[in-house]
Amino acid sequence: MTGLLVAIPPLLPLLAAGLALLVSRIRHAQRVISGVALGAVLVDAAVLLAVVDSQGAVVLRLGGYQPPAGITLVADRLSALMLLVSAVVTLVVMLYALGQRVTDHGRTATTSFHPVYLVLSAGVMLAYLTGDLFTLFVAFELMLTASYVLITRDVTADRVRAAMTYVITGLTSTLLLITLIALVYAATGTVNLADLGEKLAGVDPELRGALSLLFLTVIGIKAAIVPLHFWLPDSYPIAPAPITAVFAGLLTKVGVYALIRVQTAVFAHQDVWHVLLVAALITMLLGALGAVAQDDVNRMLSFLLVSHIGFMLFGLGLFSKAGLTGTILYALHHITVQAGLFLVLGLVARHTGATSLRRMPGGMARQRPWLAVLFAIGAVNLAGLPPLSGFLAKVTLLRGGAASDTEMGVVLAGAAVVTSFVTLYALARVWVIAFWGTGREGPPDADRSGGELSPVMTTACAVLIGAGVAMAAFAAPLSAVADRAATHVLDVTSYRSAVLGGEP
Amino acid sequence: MPINLTLVVALAVLYGAGFYLLMQRSLMRVLLGIVLVGHGANLFLQAAGGPAGEPAKAGKGLDAVSDPLPQAMALTAIVITFAVTALLLALAYRSSVLLNDDEVQDDVEDRRLRQAPESEDEPASVISLREGDQ
Amino acid sequence: MANSEPDAADTGVRVEDRDTPRQPWLLAAEDQPPLRRALVLEVTTRAVFPTVLLLSVHLLFAGHYHLGGGFAGGLVAGLAFVLRYAVAGSGELSAAVRVRPLALTGVGLGIVTVVALLPAAFGAPVLASGKATLHTPWGSEVALSSNLALDIGVYLLILGAVLDLLRTLGAGVRTWEEEE
Repeated sequence: MTGLLVAIPPLLPLLAAGLALLVSRIRHAQRVISGVALGAVLVDAAVLLAVVDSQGAVVLRLGGYQPPAGITLVADRLSALMLLVSAVVTLVVMLYALGQRVTDHGRTATTSFHPVYLVLSAGVMLAYLTGDLFTLFVAFELMLTASYVLITRDVTADRVRAAMTYVITGLTSTLLLITLIALVYAATGTVNLADLGEKLAGVDPELRGALSLLFLTVIGIKAAIVPLHFWLPDSYPIAPAPITAVFAGLLTKVGVYALIRVQTAVFAHQDVWHVLLVAALITMLLGALGAVAQDDVNRMLSFLLVSHIGFMLFGLGLFSKAGLTGTILYALHHITVQAGLFLVLGLVARHTGATSLRRMPGGMARQRPWLAVLFAIGAVNLAGLPPLSGFLAKVTLLRGGAASDTEMGVVLAGAAVVTSFVTLYALARVWVIAFWGTGREGPPDADRSGGELSPVMTTACAVLIGAGVAMAAFAAPLSAVADRAATHVLDVTSYRSAVLGGEP
Repeated sequence: MPINLTLVVALAVLYGAGFYLLMQRSLMRVLLGIVLVGHGANLFLQAAGGPAGEPAKAGKGLDAVSDPLPQAMALTAIVITFAVTALLLALAYRSSVLLNDDEVQDDVEDRRLRQAPESEDEPASVISLREGDQ
Repeated sequence: MANSEPDAADTGVRVEDRDTPRQPWLLAAEDQPPLRRALVLEVTTRAVFPTVLLLSVHLLFAGHYHLGGGFAGGLVAGLAFVLRYAVAGSGELSAAVRVRPLALTGVGLGIVTVVALLPAAFGAPVLASGKATLHTPWGSEVALSSNLALDIGVYLLILGAVLDLLRTLGAGVRTWEEEE
């Protein structure tokens, strides 16, 4: 029955989306359906992690076809970890959205939110579990198409351009991904990740390198790696806070996950990959510097998101166990804290009616002390100060960089420290101006009406910010699981034998 | 696997023209560019499967049967690009109604930051949406 | 016998021409301005619409072994409604389809996922399919595959999506434009 555990995360949200469409007249039923479905996925992900950690990878062959034919879903420790954290974020953000009723930017709540959001979750879950390149493409599309709908719903005149940029950029990367799949298929005649790894080993190394670079470009657009990041800070802030939070928390990280999976299982890099390390360096520094220049808090946070993608690339580029462990820990940490911070700033915007630092009335620490505490914990965590999860992840990464015995590793470790300080500076600016500053009162944004802060929304923020604290509290078991996950990801032969070998 | 020269030329033209159009400022051209590259990508999938009777997959020769997998993949890709293009068209229509032109502008906030005065006390100049580049 | 005698209700105030139909060939065609209507189109649509729907059902059932399938069938069925929309406008569409298109999509999506998960209840892998041969009393055999249920789900899903596209892009944009 372990196969069912793998099938539920992508299929149950789809079923729920169908039901939610069916009952779209009854708001209450919609909420119950998506709550139950995402809650069930969360439980399923937790059980799956326990099963996978004790028994090894779980493989589900759809329709019973023996790989490499047919579609295979694979859950190993890395997938299960990402699945669990993503399930937490999707559930919590949905609760926040219920509290807010998705009415930022003067939009009214519509019935289409729940089905589309569930389809988005299904796409995210499928991307973590897929065992072949084409299903990865389908998962990306499921996720991105849903995100196009969420971001373009009832856009106003000044935001429609940014929404178009988002859709066109996403579509371009999609077309490049199809091109990559065609090239890979022409070279090997298979799309199954495990099978590809074997077949590509016999292919001309130059061709393999070119394919690997093309994949990096495709994912570079989706995961916002500098210099392919330009669309992200323009488009994410135009969505309502919960939607931005789920995009920031999950969509880019799905890209990072795909990069980890494909670059290890398919292209099987053995040594340090300098191209990726250079990309990581530029991403970290440019993202952080971009964040300092921003005036709009959501754009600032979007630039920090870009910057911190660089940390994950850093660990991956080392292609060592220590580096990959750091990347996995960083991805888990970053999903929760980034989504949490976007939610907190969503509450700030709702309270003050402004997202621009110039127009923040300030003094929120006295009016909303809880919000101030949540923001402070999140900010400190994102910057990586001890003793929170960000520190744990960063230390693991830095150790991996120092142990790599290359100059690049050391340079990147230094850059990571600098980036952390710049991050802290950028967040401290918000902290000082929004929470302590006194009245730079200006006209509030017309479409960001200062609404009620419902307890549900504050609780949702607290859960995500608290997740970072919890990760730090359970640092030992978490690092141990991440370490085992990294070992398994780098051990390509065990992945291949789990997928290809064994009984049908 | 022998490669069909006609297909390769067609691919080059579709990709070249498509990406050229993607670089344009007019939204309609961008859209057409997406459509062209989409056709190119699907054709590419077909080309990757090889001619009928010669499956790309090594060692699994089935007589006179073309490889079904690229066709299945192309079908899926067509469906997806079709859906997203429809969405994009609706969005382009809406934006042309809202803004009365179909030129892709630089991001408003980017321009605002570029023009922001040094002193933080002064409010940033209000930038109209239809303001030109310079 | 479309225009044997002038319509009694029509007092001649309306501007019509020879081509304007005087009988209700379609459900909501009368809502259109008379000069926009065309007899040939309406009669043809009346005749072709059921035929196209029948063809779509054929494609749906043929799909497992021959050309067709749920997706193709759904699209063809959608085209039948596109025809009615093109001839008689969005009013015709809402008169012809009483259910909400998105509910159709919802049912389709539900069927597809349930069919995908159902084999797991019998210990088979997810999305596994089964086959059965039905012997009819009159001596013929009908091959049934559980994939048919999946195809039906896809058919409904696509039909719902096409109808919703027509509604939102056709009628929706227009009303929204008028509101501006």
